[in-house]
Amino acid sequence: MKKHSVKSRNSSCRSALAPYSIWAFLFILVPMLFIAYYAFTDNDFRFTTENITRFFTTVSSVRADDGTLKEVHTYLLIFRRSLKLAVISTLICLLIGYPLAYRIAHAKKRTQQTMMTLIMIPMWMNFLIRTYAWMTILQDAGVFNTLISRFGLPPVRIIGTETAVIIGMVYDYLPYMVLPIYSVMTKMDNSLIEAAHDLGCGSLSVLRRVIFPLSLPGVISGITMVLIPSISTFYISQKLGNGKFFLIGDAIEGQYVANNLHFAAAMAFILMVILLVLMALVKHSTSRYVYGGDAK
Amino acid sequence: MDKLIELRHISKSFDGETILDDINLDIHDNEFITLLGPSGCGKTTTLRMIGGFEQPDKGDVIFMGKRINDEPPHKRHVNTVFQKYALFPHLNVFENVAFPLREKKVPKDEIKKRVEEMLSLVMLSNFAKRRVTSLSGGQQQRVAIARALISSPKILLLDEPLGALDLKLRKDMQVELKKIQKSTGITFVFVTHDQEEALSMSDTIVVMSEGKIQQIGTPTDIYNEPVNAFVADFIGESNIIDGIMLEDYRVKFAGHTFECLDKGFDKNEPVDVVVRPEDVDIVPAQDAALYGDVVSVTFLGVHYEIIVDVSGFKWMIQTTDFVAEGAHIGLKLDPDAIHIMKKSKYSGMFGDYSSFSDEMDELSDAGGDEEE
Repeated sequence: MKKHSVKSRNSSCRSALAPYSIWAFLFILVPMLFIAYYAFTDNDFRFTTENITRFFTTVSSVRADDGTLKEVHTYLLIFRRSLKLAVISTLICLLIGYPLAYRIAHAKKRTQQTMMTLIMIPMWMNFLIRTYAWMTILQDAGVFNTLISRFGLPPVRIIGTETAVIIGMVYDYLPYMVLPIYSVMTKMDNSLIEAAHDLGCGSLSVLRRVIFPLSLPGVISGITMVLIPSISTFYISQKLGNGKFFLIGDAIEGQYVANNLHFAAAMAFILMVILLVLMALVKHSTSRYVYGGDAK
Repeated sequence: MDKLIELRHISKSFDGETILDDINLDIHDNEFITLLGPSGCGKTTTLRMIGGFEQPDKGDVIFMGKRINDEPPHKRHVNTVFQKYALFPHLNVFENVAFPLREKKVPKDEIKKRVEEMLSLVMLSNFAKRRVTSLSGGQQQRVAIARALISSPKILLLDEPLGALDLKLRKDMQVELKKIQKSTGITFVFVTHDQEEALSMSDTIVVMSEGKIQQIGTPTDIYNEPVNAFVADFIGESNIIDGIMLEDYRVKFAGHTFECLDKGFDKNEPVDVVVRPEDVDIVPAQDAALYGDVVSVTFLGVHYEIIVDVSGFKWMIQTTDFVAEGAHIGLKLDPDAIHIMKKSKYSGMFGDYSSFSDEMDELSDAGGDEEE
């Protein structure tokens, strides 16, 4: 009797999921298969691994700081740069986002709503517009430099530096760090925090021994949600980095625009595989610290 | 006995609503004290004040002679067993119990030894490595107790710890808690709305209502000598009748004069008369001053609970003899069956079983989680 009802509930769950399953199949799985298909074929759609090997072997010479020409693996260099900027941005997002989420989650209900709205509002604006806004702010004669010159400080060169790109990425992706952490924190049972105090912990110790470990699932999903889009980001680097910090996202976009669909697909495919491996590693290495099951 | 905690003129309100109104209470060393009352009576707030989670608006919390109003929870020699246990879900049983010791940087060997001792005290020795989320309610309860006791606090606060357990387990835990209290010698401050629990476990019961302490006393005192209609009604069943104290040892109610054991009232002072249902003897109608018809009979296992209509006032009687519904019976009251109380603001609110079912509704509202 009981078994039957569970079964029927499962099947009704499944039918409720049907629209999503179809959607996921058509717009997630099929495009991914296409990317893989394009990545391993040439212009005449014959099987080839040439596009993949091209990513790892293309070499170009760049002028190093001391003026000499240096041979580098073009795309590996671009990828390493993307990874570096993404990791830095993610760390900064975490450093800003965690305390922010903590403060918001412990504020009054009304303040919480206001703060969350303020954090979400920029997300309602197109990201190109946001990037242009940062260009205006960071330009040599932009808002920032005008402001600090009022205080008699010399202008700072920000636009066209890695710093500018990182600022742009942090600004764009911060909400994706705050939201999952905030959501875990608001669901945290306050009596756990009281219990920790009761058992001898000062505030810092409560944070370290109870709040942080319990918020790890939020931290991990925050890191995922910031790291992945910031590795594959494009345009920010072109506009805020003055094109000097060509990222893997820019490379993929460039190849698509140049109609090199197969090579673009190959780069997207490689990026995807690397990210999957990366996420699996993160998940594996943190699973020890994340408690499973319900938080009740 | 030494005073461990003294609460002096404590008042507290939340959003303009008075939760505690001039609470004065002494808690002694090695005592099992229960704060008893319906939900909203302020018992949990009182407990949280001792734990340090609430500060009084007015008054002082004194611990061994020292005022500790502003001392945060982690500096107090008091530990709490929370209502829903509040076990740390990211730690296993061992680590939950070891939590306070790790904070104090106790050496590893000693931690292991003390946690194992504590786990065997609560009979969970084989569960050290288990996840707390995989434990039953009763087991989680034991972990919570072990965790709260391991740093040998002076006082253990227990906030309705048995509320979530089923009846059988609750009875077992009552016995066990009492045992643990005796063996450790730690003062237990226990909060409950369950009067039976309070009577069976406590050395001292503090009955609270509407932010005020109604009565402090031993279980027998509270049961036999309730100070007002609220206490008489909340602890056990009571028939409460309006009466007039004619003189010492003579009270008039229900149209008759009875002998009683109470004195010290003014001449002809209006009083509340309490008669416990089990103290009424059933006799043939012609042999008694009070008589009436049996309105309902309920079999409760050990005894029958019958409602008798005596010229409009409905009495509850508990008897082991069967009486048929509709029977005409007499009620005999011995002097020691009668207890006299001063009139209070609760007079007339309780103790007449004509509104029995209404009152039951109210009671079960008050103790919402009491139902199985």
